[in-house]
Amino acid sequence: MNAKVLEVRDLEVTIDTPSGVLTAIDGASFDLREGEILGLVGESGSGKTLTGRAIMRLLPSRKMAIRRGTVCINGEDITQFDESRMRGIRGRTIGMIFQNPSSHLDPVMTVGKQIAESIRFHEGVSAKESLSRAAEFLRQVDIPDPNVRLNSFAHEFSGGMRQRAMIAMALACRPKILIADEPTTALDVTVQAQILRLLLDLRKRRGLSIMLVTHDLGVVAQTCDTIAVMYAGRLVERAPKKELLLGPLHPYTKGLIASQPGGAKPRQQLPSISGQPPSLSSFPDGCRFHPRCEFSKSACQTEIPVLEQVEDSHQTACLRWHDLVRQKVLGAA
Amino acid sequence: MSKLLEIENLQVHFPLPQGIVDLLTRKPRRVVKAVNGVSFKLEQGQTLGLVGESGCGKTTLSRAMLGLVEVVSGRVCFDGNDVFSQNRTARLALRRRAQMVFQDPYASLNPKMTVGSTLAEVLRFHRICPPREVPARVAELMEMVGLSRELSVRKPSELSGGQCQRVGVARALAVNPDLLVADESVSALDVSIQAQILNLFLNLQQEMDLTMVFIAHDLGVVWHLCQTIAVMYLGRIVEIGASSEIFHTPRHPYTQALISAIPQMQAEATVSADLLSGEPPSPLDIPSGCAFHPRCLRVMKNCRSGPPPEMINMGTVQVACHLYD
Repeated sequence: MNAKVLEVRDLEVTIDTPSGVLTAIDGASFDLREGEILGLVGESGSGKTLTGRAIMRLLPSRKMAIRRGTVCINGEDITQFDESRMRGIRGRTIGMIFQNPSSHLDPVMTVGKQIAESIRFHEGVSAKESLSRAAEFLRQVDIPDPNVRLNSFAHEFSGGMRQRAMIAMALACRPKILIADEPTTALDVTVQAQILRLLLDLRKRRGLSIMLVTHDLGVVAQTCDTIAVMYAGRLVERAPKKELLLGPLHPYTKGLIASQPGGAKPRQQLPSISGQPPSLSSFPDGCRFHPRCEFSKSACQTEIPVLEQVEDSHQTACLRWHDLVRQKVLGAA
Repeated sequence: MSKLLEIENLQVHFPLPQGIVDLLTRKPRRVVKAVNGVSFKLEQGQTLGLVGESGCGKTTLSRAMLGLVEVVSGRVCFDGNDVFSQNRTARLALRRRAQMVFQDPYASLNPKMTVGSTLAEVLRFHRICPPREVPARVAELMEMVGLSRELSVRKPSELSGGQCQRVGVARALAVNPDLLVADESVSALDVSIQAQILNLFLNLQQEMDLTMVFIAHDLGVVWHLCQTIAVMYLGRIVEIGASSEIFHTPRHPYTQALISAIPQMQAEATVSADLLSGEPPSPLDIPSGCAFHPRCLRVMKNCRSGPPPEMINMGTVQVACHLYD
């Protein structure tokens, strides 16, 4: 098995609000191995985006903080790094791309200059050299006429091209890890397939490790090796793609898979999860999924389930998974 | 079955504003051809799915169906009456029979009105029921879309996205419409909530014999909900027909590419091979001949020169492509 490039242990992110300190991410632990694509799946408010941002130490507000836990890269805990050391990590060791490329590209700076900027910052090469490298990266992400496109502004690009430009920018200093936060959500299916193909290709060519944050199980099924499912700030299940999709061991994962439209039975009622995801300020006690779970028992309301090792690579955080597997509700059919 | 909606050669163009230089140099005015010759018929009780990439004219077409945009030429007949040749009163009557549910559940509701007053306003304005019966009808509507009655005093900001979308559906249903147009009504919702709203649409359709036009970029959603699917590309329908036929044996190269790009929810799934390069050209200058030819893998000589044939009948589907001439 490949070496671990990123180890997240017990990550806890809190938000300071007038009504008290809220825990947005509650003890998330996972690894990313070299050349692996890890899918982090969850609904809005589950903390998946925040996890990516916490790793980059780019939490969107000053009121948010990493309260506990470690994020290790090459054995070093980067949560202890100061801002200047973090600057050396961002872009160089970990690159990040976002959902909405138009709001993450500078509108008044040419795309070429934006890519060249990070090359100059991290590698200290000349302006001319950095621009020619930027053109090379644009070519690698399949942008036609890279030398001409260097001088374009973001608004002159289409949505798919902007996402490609952002990928080029994130990869310009050859990071080992890429955090992709909903990279295809704003794109058409056809362009989405192009971008996913590009990410797979980059992984193959460069041995890049990718953490793909998304709400779309279809995207995850197509691209990821491992899937981690988040619900209300906690990691509820983690397994290799095939095991998770064919034999989910958490009622939430099972419900999520079943509620995808596009299956074999059109025009039939979809098995949906009742209720709605809880908001940050009112996370339920015990297992946070219990109010929506059809299998919940009294213990689920008080006891917090921990992420248990089921097989070598399958983990689940459900108090009742043993019973439910025996009753053939969960697990492989 | 009777035809509820008939659209004939519909064209909707949006002229771009001209600058002073353009005026002085007498440059011809540039026009966005959002809908460029669309014809189809929709029968009572059917659900039509409109799919295509962004900018292909799905939303404009749906707005034209309800008479919400001015058309350049063509006809929209709703139950035998031309929508655009009517006076204001007749149009209002039409509005009572054709309703729309929008994409963004928050933006399409008045933030200062409670759920109850939003629904009551529709009932009063269209005089659906005597004033005395309005509260009872509001309660009935809320129950129909699965909202608990206590929510009627809440404002949209106090509701979740799924609940807001239910209010949007309830508002559209308040007038007992025959036709419901849903424009990307589930795309802003979470997966687990999306399934709930899709179930709601299915229920309503079966119970009330609603005719629906469902616009979505998520083809899985369309496959689940619709009997008929129309695939649009740059303002035209390139393929229309029974949904199982479109999904299993797509005929038009664009449909083939679109279907193959749908992420498959299977353990063995991989990203499909590239059937479509680039992105759709701007509707400002639509390519000559078949608009799809610059991206088409099976492009032939006559695709570049001549426009594709009018819809060719192929069993349960109709295709506009030179391949099947």
